[in-house]
Amino acid sequence: MIPATDNLVEVDNVNFAYDRRPILKGVNLDIRRGQVVAIMGLSGCGKTTLLRLIGGALHPTKGEVRVDGQSVAKLNHEERFALRRKMGMLFQFGALFTDMSCYDNVAFQMREHTDLPEQLIDDLVLMKLQAVGLRGAQHLMPAELSGGMARRVALARTTALDPMLIMYDEPFAGLDPVSMGVIGQLIRRLNDALGATSIIVTHDVAEALEIVDYVYFMSDGLIVTQGTPDELRASDKPFVHQFVYGETDGPMPFHYPADDYARDLHAGEAR
Amino acid sequence: MMTRKTLDLWAGVFVALGLGALLFLAMKVGNLASFSAAPTYRVMANFDNIGGLKKRAPVKSAGVVVGRVEDIGFDPETYEAAVTFAIDKRYQFPKDTSAKILTAGLLGEQYVGLSPGGDVAMLKDGDKLKLTQSAVVLENLISQFLFSKAADGGNNKDGK
Amino acid sequence: MTALTDFLESLGARAIGAVHQLGFASHFLLLTLRNSGMCLRRFSLVVREIYSVGVLSLVIIVVSGMFVGMVLGLQGYDTLERYGSSSALGVLVALSLVRELGPVVAGLLFASRAGSAITAEIGLMKATEQLAAMEMMAVDPIARVIAPRFWAGVISMPLLAAMFSAMGVFGGYLVGVRLIGVDEGSFWSQMQAAVDLREDILNGVIKSVVFGVAVSWIAVFQGYDAPPTAEGVSRATTRTVVTSSLSILALDFILTAFMFRGA
Ligand SMILES: Nc1ncnc2c1ncn2[C@@H]1O[C@H](COP(=O)(O)OP(=O)(O)OP(=O)(O)O)[C@@H](O)[C@H]1O
Ligand SMILES: [Mg+2]
Repeated sequence: MIPATDNLVEVDNVNFAYDRRPILKGVNLDIRRGQVVAIMGLSGCGKTTLLRLIGGALHPTKGEVRVDGQSVAKLNHEERFALRRKMGMLFQFGALFTDMSCYDNVAFQMREHTDLPEQLIDDLVLMKLQAVGLRGAQHLMPAELSGGMARRVALARTTALDPMLIMYDEPFAGLDPVSMGVIGQLIRRLNDALGATSIIVTHDVAEALEIVDYVYFMSDGLIVTQGTPDELRASDKPFVHQFVYGETDGPMPFHYPADDYARDLHAGEAR
Repeated sequence: MMTRKTLDLWAGVFVALGLGALLFLAMKVGNLASFSAAPTYRVMANFDNIGGLKKRAPVKSAGVVVGRVEDIGFDPETYEAAVTFAIDKRYQFPKDTSAKILTAGLLGEQYVGLSPGGDVAMLKDGDKLKLTQSAVVLENLISQFLFSKAADGGNNKDGK
Repeated sequence: MTALTDFLESLGARAIGAVHQLGFASHFLLLTLRNSGMCLRRFSLVVREIYSVGVLSLVIIVVSGMFVGMVLGLQGYDTLERYGSSSALGVLVALSLVRELGPVVAGLLFASRAGSAITAEIGLMKATEQLAAMEMMAVDPIARVIAPRFWAGVISMPLLAAMFSAMGVFGGYLVGVRLIGVDEGSFWSQMQAAVDLREDILNGVIKSVVFGVAVSWIAVFQGYDAPPTAEGVSRATTRTVVTSSLSILALDFILTAFMFRGA
């Protein structure tokens, strides 16, 4: 199949709702091949949901997600699995298999999807673990890891089969500044070495701006602004400023939609 | 964490134990050994009343099990029970052998007893036994007994 | 008035919900069977689960079987002795075990020991997004996680029931022959004469296979269907034990009616 454009992922006017509560209200974004793109937004604005839509775990109620020219929602089971073999996704909470050691977690996809000899798998797994600095922890079970270590093992597992599209859901959460820098650089280097395309969902603006090529900002189910890191740093749009400098007051809603606060409190009194 | 090898070993031990238990049930409890696939021949017999005889009940001669009841049917012409026995080929019986339905103990299971006759010709597959004796039905016995008692009582009254 | 209609309404909703769930469960069983090819080809996946489902249930099954057999020996002797037929003790112990107690009690123990563990494990894997992660790696969790556990349960259950019965007969022998002094020869020979290989033992094995399918099915389904929260998983675990125990008893009645009717 010849790709129609040099965009690997195209999200075209996507709407999505969990049980009638709209989360995404017409998101448009394109991700160029070979780039590292960040998606940012306040907690609960639907970033994880967007990644799941790209992975085909959820289907949009309106609009279309295309990956490598194929409409994800229209694929059948086999085609979707074939596409997913070329994708990696780092889950927000790691989602390591708790009944396997770190080593087996990283080896999982190699054993499931390839006929590589155990010898070669061994080398590959150790290389992946070395890259995240956890070769020494290969025999530990996930329950014996700290949160940050688990995330790094999950990262090694995500890239096990050198996918063409890698999605990271909050790769920096729970990492110390040193690991954060290392992981950030690793994501960038992996992407360039593999010729892959990466999507990073993150709150860590400073770290993200260092490594990404392009940034999308989401708010209230829409892409509100976009641009290269330099453009954003220079931007004087209020919500970008709010986000980059972490201010509580600004146009982006911090609260989950609710009734009027004073009325709610008053209702409690009356009870 | 257990290594792959020990895990396999334990699972193997488990399956072996389970199969061993099944074998124990089959051999020692269910007596697979006597569930002989030994060749048999078929002999038929009609009875007026078979009482509580069941399929697979033993057929004994001189107290030794020589075969099993294979089938029980109803003969619509003679209104008799048509019973088929499967008898071990190793045991041959004279043509004029008779069959009786007996009970093991007072209330025990019913079985078939064979009493050999004196004929020189032996029974062959598909032959029919001429001489049969039905099961003793306890209810009939009791009612007979009560009848005779009642009759006795009546006579005694008359006599007085 | 509204209370009554509310009550009826909730009753109706529950009934519809139950039918809905049954339909989903059946569909799920079908999916599991259809996706069993992989784990039967890579049998080490099943072997691993046989370890956690079967081997870890071994102790409770063997010990309970032994005690049940010993109790049968005591009670059976006490009753048979009144009719002077204590030599039939072997028959009583063996028939009660292979026809009923073996499959049923082993099934109940299996449901609470292994069934609950399967549900909790799958439920937690779902709650911690392990199943979703697997799916994103293009590995079908039904083939990789559900099917091996299901088949391990189906394979383990008849073996456990056989061990239970065998241990029970042995326990009855210990109490009856060794402790009370029933004649050893008649204990075994009467048992062997009365227990039929097809009618009794094979039917008992069939029962245990059916129970194995039922418990494993319920356990994997409840785990897969559990809401992905701590509370959801704990409720699903309880439901597995309750539902499988009731199913075992109901199925036992139905199977017994078919198998031993007037034979
Ligand atoms: N399974 C679900 N059922 C119903 N609502 C859901 C479900 N998952 C998420 N939501 C809702 O969808 C919205 C977006 O969730 P999502 O996980 O995509 O947020 P997010 O942007 O990833 O947030 P965070 O940065 O905190 O991870 C939230 O308001 C959440 O309440
Ligand atoms: Mg999220």
